[in-house]
Amino acid sequence: MALNRKCAIVDLSTGEIQIKEIPRELREKYLGGRGLDIYLLFNHLQPGVDPLGPDNVCCISAGLLSGTPASASARTHIMAKSPLTGLLGSSNMGGFFAPELRFAGFDHLVIKGAAEKPVYLWIHNEKIEIRDASKLWGSDTFKTQELVREELGDEEIKALTIGTAGENLVRFANVITGHKNAAGRTGMGAVLGSKKLKAIAVRGTGGIDIADPEEALKYDQKVCKDIVSTKFGQIMQRWGTMFIYGVTNSTGLVRSRNFMDNQLPESEAIECENIDDHSVGTAGCFGCQLHCRHRYIIKEGPYAGTYGEGPEYSTQGVYGAEPDCRDFPTILYGNHLCNKYGMDTLELGSLVAWAMELYEKGIITKEDTGGLELEFGSTEALIEVTHQIANREGFGDVLADGVKGAMARLPDEAARYCVHVKGLSNLHSDERPTPSLALGIATSTRGSDHLRSRPAIDIYHLPEKVLRKIYGFPVPYDGPLTSEFSDYEGKPWQVFWHEMCYMAVDCLGVCKFHTVFLSPNMPAFREFSRWLKLIVGIDKTPAEIWESAERAYNLERLFNIREGATREDDWLVDRYFDEKTTLGLKMVRDKSIDREKFRGMIDEYYHHHGWDLNGNPKAETMKRLGIEHEPSRVL
Amino acid sequence: MPKMITITQKACTGCRQCEMVCSVKHTGTSNPARARIHVVKWEAEGFYLPMLCQQCLEPACAAVCPKDAISRDRELGSMVVDYDRCIGCKMCVMACPFGSMGVDMGEEHVIKCDLCDGDPTCVNFCEAAALKYEDTETANLSMQRASAKRFSELMRTSTPDLTGVE
Repeated sequence: MALNRKCAIVDLSTGEIQIKEIPRELREKYLGGRGLDIYLLFNHLQPGVDPLGPDNVCCISAGLLSGTPASASARTHIMAKSPLTGLLGSSNMGGFFAPELRFAGFDHLVIKGAAEKPVYLWIHNEKIEIRDASKLWGSDTFKTQELVREELGDEEIKALTIGTAGENLVRFANVITGHKNAAGRTGMGAVLGSKKLKAIAVRGTGGIDIADPEEALKYDQKVCKDIVSTKFGQIMQRWGTMFIYGVTNSTGLVRSRNFMDNQLPESEAIECENIDDHSVGTAGCFGCQLHCRHRYIIKEGPYAGTYGEGPEYSTQGVYGAEPDCRDFPTILYGNHLCNKYGMDTLELGSLVAWAMELYEKGIITKEDTGGLELEFGSTEALIEVTHQIANREGFGDVLADGVKGAMARLPDEAARYCVHVKGLSNLHSDERPTPSLALGIATSTRGSDHLRSRPAIDIYHLPEKVLRKIYGFPVPYDGPLTSEFSDYEGKPWQVFWHEMCYMAVDCLGVCKFHTVFLSPNMPAFREFSRWLKLIVGIDKTPAEIWESAERAYNLERLFNIREGATREDDWLVDRYFDEKTTLGLKMVRDKSIDREKFRGMIDEYYHHHGWDLNGNPKAETMKRLGIEHEPSRVL
Repeated sequence: MPKMITITQKACTGCRQCEMVCSVKHTGTSNPARARIHVVKWEAEGFYLPMLCQQCLEPACAAVCPKDAISRDRELGSMVVDYDRCIGCKMCVMACPFGSMGVDMGEEHVIKCDLCDGDPTCVNFCEAAALKYEDTETANLSMQRASAKRFSELMRTSTPDLTGVE
């Protein structure tokens, strides 16, 4: 039964492990995955703790559908208080960890305390052990997983791990499984590093009973065939997320030279087609037919022979557009290094580009950078600073502290050039021409991010009829909807809708590429409902699934408020308002966000959520969602 | 046997959907441990190879079976375990040179690929087309043609006139 997986609460300070049933009422309210994680985090974590101290709590989970015949049912979620923002840390990854965790009998792990010496968890068929990780400490993410398999004598073991970046408490260290599946954002790797938890190894042979196996398989086949028949599906199979770059850069929606330009001119050398020179095939996550990552061996140059997987769209920004570089092998190698060291490419790219702008403006000098010539266009500096950050050496040590930490160590005027929200850096997208995307990054519960609520389809100029069909279900909406991404009207509802949709897939453990994220033709609430019926055997209407998502999202909001966030934090840095775009197609040129209109969007966004004008969930909203008594400590 | 499951290794993306759907089809649970197919991976190199019963023409499993419980299905040509005769001694598990006879501890019997009565589920789900269900006699021809193509391109450029008229 998909509903009989357990929750384990592991205290690394005392070594105590409690294994508990997950109460049906919590499943009904939150489904699983990210939804149950925020419930657990809100209930187990005291507000105001040091994110890198032993009192932080880390929740790791599989989604309710992970490992079952729902399309791309591979995802793991990780949540804790973020060492980057001091607010919600929340991150998601693909690969094969979540299904294996479920086969081993668990859906949720709550990690508390901190070990005195490096340890790893070994979870196998309902048993959990805390094992000594002194032989693993110091190894990169790839090596660690190999060593774990060797030590435990099973090649089929799946593991999540931190690299040396996590060990060194780089504030944006990530968690890796496989070769490149990363729970990238918000520094979850640093949290595990602070707990001296090097890895979690998992192996299971227990099955997940499917409620209606025959119908589930038929439905899965139909959904898979529908997905691969779409243009989007085929493009993903061929190029992965790198295809996005051609669209956004040619339009003028890409940050370049930190935030000084909104396009990287003459960037053919880093567009997706270049992967063909190095690719040896593609790879996919558990149960996914889009296999959107390439496997590559760098063909020539100083990094020739390096095997890597990916890279993603964001990496074209990190080692390409943002630092004004046009060398594809550098992107491939940088990607590989970040995976090996275990740190968030996205955060790194934005911080380094910021530093490069500071260097160009003379706000920091060669003396400050310890001789490192952080110039735009320097691929050598890019790779060198990557090593420095992971190892906390030289100037890398400053950037390793993330936005807030680095700002505290740099001259005061550095702050105004940094592109972030709540202390989390932004993707290499330039949202000045797209108010809806700007609203998404300003209000996301983890800081500036493109995966919590990005209404990416807003840039496709879809006809209103199509927009009504999507955004009018499962909760009715009669307000404006426009096909123009430069409009402010109607966008708050779109952002809200996507928040609910992405929360739902994160609760289910399904990949966002298989929902209405980059394509309007992907599964959404109707499909989620059908999956739950056929696979788990529970009746949840699309509206009820939306409600579960809304419930969990409100808990995330309350979590941030409890940690001190206010309406002021739902905003953008001044550059978004004061600097106008200069490049790209006519429709994106000479654009900046209008403060007044943006203020209006925030008001409307709060209104749709049932929050007051300070962004606090109203009493009636909390009552409607049944969260007025949280923390309720049911689990 | 009229058709066989062929594996195109280079096309395999390692997604293991085949394992999942195989186990759901045969046992009603999602559990790769109970699948009749398994993708063997070398993650560090990105090399993935699906492994399953080869339906050998001279099967080692049948040869070692003390109860003659493994025999050929006349229609499909697959080797089938008769569970009424099988005593679960697991000699077949050890004898199979491909490691493709497994043991399902849920059902408590040995398991192997049975070609899903002629409509293999794994093949139906493999969008990467790493698994195909092809005519046995001609299964090698597409690989042969792909290989010949590489030679033909070379030969066409170096010996433009192949009629030998000189």
